Amino acid sequence: MTSVSAAHSAKDYKSEVKPVWCPGCGHFGVLAALTKAFAYLELPKDEVVTVSGIGCSSRIAAYLDGYGFHGVHGRALALAAGLKAARPELTLVVAGGDGDGFSIGGNHFLHACRRNMDMTYVVMDNEVYGMTKGQASPTTEPDWSHSKLTPRGTGVPRFQPAAIALAAGASFIARGFAGAPNELVRLLVRALEHPGFSMVQVLSPCQTYRPEQKAWKQAVHPVEEPAPADPSEAARLIQSDDGLALGVLYAQRLPVYQPRNRVEAELADLEAEFLLSTTPP
Amino acid sequence: MSCAITGSGGSGAVTAGSMILEAAARAGHYGLMTRSAGPQIRGGESAAMLRFGPQQITCMGDSFGILAALDWGNFSRFAGEIPLTPATLILADPDAGQAPAELEPYRPQIHWIQLRELAASRAGGRFNMVAVGAIAAAAQLPLAAVLEAATATLSRKGAEVVAAAHECIRMGYQPPSAAGAQVDGLATTTSAPDTSVAAAPPQRWNISGNEAAGLGGLRGGVRFVAAYPITPATEILEWLAPRITRLGGSLLQAEDELASINMIIGSSFGGVPSMTATSGPGLSLMMEGLGLAVASETPVVVVNVMRGGPSTGIPTKSEQSDLNIALYGLHGDAPHLVLAALDIADCVLTLHWATQLAEQLQSVAIVLSDQLLGQSRAIIDPPDTPEFNLGRRLATPPEAGQEYQRYQLTAEGLSPMSRPGQPGLSYTADGLEHNQAGTPSSLADDHATQLAKRRDKLTGFAPGPLWAEITGSGELCLLTWGSSHGAVLEAAEHLTAQGRPTRVIGLRLIAPLQSQALRAALAGTQVWVVELNQDGQLYHYLRAAAVLPEGTKALARPGPLPLRPAEIIRAITQESAHDQC
Repeated sequence: MTSVSAAHSAKDYKSEVKPVWCPGCGHFGVLAALTKAFAYLELPKDEVVTVSGIGCSSRIAAYLDGYGFHGVHGRALALAAGLKAARPELTLVVAGGDGDGFSIGGNHFLHACRRNMDMTYVVMDNEVYGMTKGQASPTTEPDWSHSKLTPRGTGVPRFQPAAIALAAGASFIARGFAGAPNELVRLLVRALEHPGFSMVQVLSPCQTYRPEQKAWKQAVHPVEEPAPADPSEAARLIQSDDGLALGVLYAQRLPVYQPRNRVEAELADLEAEFLLSTTPP
Repeated sequence: MSCAITGSGGSGAVTAGSMILEAAARAGHYGLMTRSAGPQIRGGESAAMLRFGPQQITCMGDSFGILAALDWGNFSRFAGEIPLTPATLILADPDAGQAPAELEPYRPQIHWIQLRELAASRAGGRFNMVAVGAIAAAAQLPLAAVLEAATATLSRKGAEVVAAAHECIRMGYQPPSAAGAQVDGLATTTSAPDTSVAAAPPQRWNISGNEAAGLGGLRGGVRFVAAYPITPATEILEWLAPRITRLGGSLLQAEDELASINMIIGSSFGGVPSMTATSGPGLSLMMEGLGLAVASETPVVVVNVMRGGPSTGIPTKSEQSDLNIALYGLHGDAPHLVLAALDIADCVLTLHWATQLAEQLQSVAIVLSDQLLGQSRAIIDPPDTPEFNLGRRLATPPEAGQEYQRYQLTAEGLSPMSRPGQPGLSYTADGLEHNQAGTPSSLADDHATQLAKRRDKLTGFAPGPLWAEITGSGELCLLTWGSSHGAVLEAAEHLTAQGRPTRVIGLRLIAPLQSQALRAALAGTQVWVVELNQDGQLYHYLRAAAVLPEGTKALARPGPLPLRPAEIIRAITQESAHDQC
C-alpha cells in the first residue's frame, strides 16, 4: 500500500491552493488519504473529476489537482450523475459534508444510492455546520446544546447515513476515520474499485466547534471482515453498532446504471417522422 | 376554416381533432390545432380547436365556423374559449341530451346527427369517428383525405379498427342541413361534399411545439438531457427520450428540478451540449443552479413552457407571465440569454439558435415557449436548416512554460474551455468568485474583472438578423413576443387592409436586448407592446431599457384565454378614437 511508483506520487494530485481549513481539521487527513488512494491506483489525474457542494469539506475540490467542480450547496451528486452519464470513462469522486449531503442534499443522496452509477461519495462527517460557525447538522446528537440556533439541542434523532444508504439501495457502504489514515486509504481504494455507487462516511473531527471529537481516536473500533454482502445481515450490523465501527459495512455487486448509446440514426431520420406521408401524428 | 370539437374525457374529442388536422393537411391545407383540457387525468372535459387554410396558420381566429359537441359534459367550461357567431354551424347528437342554456341563441344553427346510433350500427364503431365524417363534410374536406388520415392515425391499432373507423366516417360524411347555418368561408348546405380521390400528401410536417423544441435542441447539438416531468413541458422530454439515444446521446430522469439543472451543468462541463425542459415551478427551483452555470461559464439550455402562474397556477393552460423570472430570477449580477419562440415552427429555429449561442458564449440560455405553442400541433413547411457553426471554443494545450487559465481575460470576454480528460488543461469550475485561473477569490479586482467579462461576452456579440422578426411597415407598430405573435400578425394584416399600415416586431432574442436595432425599428411609430400577462412584463423591461418612444402603449392581460386578432384591433382602434376626442 505504501509503495507508490514515481510516476504517481500522492503529491501530484494536490493542487497549490492553500486550504481554508482550521489547523488540526480532520479534512486534511481525508485530502491526504484521497491523493494516496489515487496514487496507489495510478489514476491519470486528468481523468479523475472531483465534484463537491458547499461547506468546509466541499472546498476539497479546489485542493486536488485535476478537474473539479465546486458547485452549489447539496447538489454535487446530481451534477456528478449528469457528468457520469455524459462521460462514463471518467473516474468520479463526490466529496462533501454531513449538512451538504444529508440535509440540503438528502433527496439526491437517496436517489444516487438507488441509481447506483459508478462513483465514490466521500462524506466528511463532523456532525456540525462549520462554515456557518457551528450549527447542528442532521448527524448531530439531539442534546448537543452548543449552537445559538438550537440552545437546548435539536431534540431530533440523528440521521443514520449507513442505514439510510443501505435502505436506499447503495451497493458499497463503508466508514472511515480521518485519524486512521492507512485504514482510510485502504477503504478509499476499495470504494474507488467498487463498480457502482460507493459511500464512504469519514468521521472527520472539527477542532473548532466539536473539540470533544478528539475522543473519537480512542472510541473507534474495526468491524469484522469480510463485509456482509447480504442486506439484512448488513442492516443488523449497522443498526447494532455505535456509529464508530470502521470498515466496509456492506458490499454487493448490483447492476450499475450507465446509459451507453451508440449512434444508430441521423437527425434526418428523426425529422422524416414529421412528414405527412410517412408517419401518423 | 375553423372548428372546435368538445366532449367529456374519453369521448375522443382530441383524437377526432388530430384526425381532422391530418385530413386537412393531406387535402393541401396548412393548419393549427390547439387543445384545452381540465386538470383531470381521465374523465375530465377536453376540447380540440382547429383552423386550417391555404396559408400558414399561427393563431386561432376570432370565432369558430363549426362546433362539434360530442356531448355536453362540462361544455360551459369551454364557452369562453370557443367564441361562436350567428354563422357557426353546430353539430350535435340528439342522444347526448339537450343543448345547454348558453347555446340557446344559436339553437337554429344546430344540425342534429345521430352520432351514437350510427356508430352502434357497426361493430367496433365509435361515435367520434362519425363526428369526424360529419365535420369533414361540413368543412368540405375530401373524403379520401379523411380516410387516409384515419388510416395513418389508427393503423397501429390494427386493420379492424381502421375498417370500423372508415365505415363510421363514411356514415357521418353527409352534407349538414341545419336551417339557417352558413359556414364562414365555405360552400353552403346545398353543395355536395367532395368525394374525389386525394392527391399525394404535400411535403409538410405535422408537429407540436414541444416536439419542435426538442428537435431544435438536437439540431443545436444537444446530446444530453435531464428530465423531470411537468405540465405542459413533459412532451419535450418524452419526445427526446427515445430519440436522443439513437443519436448516441442520453437522457436521465432526475429526482427533481434541482437535480435536473445540476445534471446538465455536469454533463456540459464534461463537454456535451445539454438541455432540460420545465415550466414555471420547475424554473423557480432551477434558479440557484442557473446562477452556478453563469458563474462557472458552463453552457446550458433550459426551455420553459409557460403556464398560468404564480405557484401551481393553471398547469394545463397558457400564459406569458414568466418573462420576469427568466430575466431577473437569478441573484447577483448574472447576465444570460433569454429567447422566446414566436410560433410552433419557430420553436425549431429558436432552440437550435439558443443552443448554439449558449455553446458559443459559454452561457445560460432560457428559452420561453408556452402551453399554447407546446401542446398545439401545426401543419408547417419543413423548417430551414441554417448552419450556425458557432459552437464551443475549445482549449488547446498551453505552450511550454505557460499555465492554462480557464477564465483568462480576452477582448471578447470568451476564454477557451477544456474538457475533463484533456491533459494539462485541468481546472476546478466554481460558483465562488474566482480569478483567471479559476482559484476562488474574494478580491474586489477579481470580482470586477470577472463580472465585466461575463457581461461583455453577451453585450459584445453581434446576433445578426435573428434577434427579431420584423414584418411590414407603417406608423403603427405592434411589438410582441412568444405565442402572441400569431394573433398580432393577423391583427396587423387587418389594420393594414383597413388603411392603417402596421408593422409587427416579434422579439426572439430578449436578453441581451438589441437596443440600438430595436430603437431603429421603432422609430417614428406609435408603439403598442402586446403580451399575455397582467403586468406588462415586456413593456416594463423595455421601458427600463429606455428603448420605447414617447407615448408607447401596453396591451397586456393575463391568460389563459389567448389573445385574438379582433381583441387587439379593438383595443387599438378604441384607444385611437379616445385619443382623438
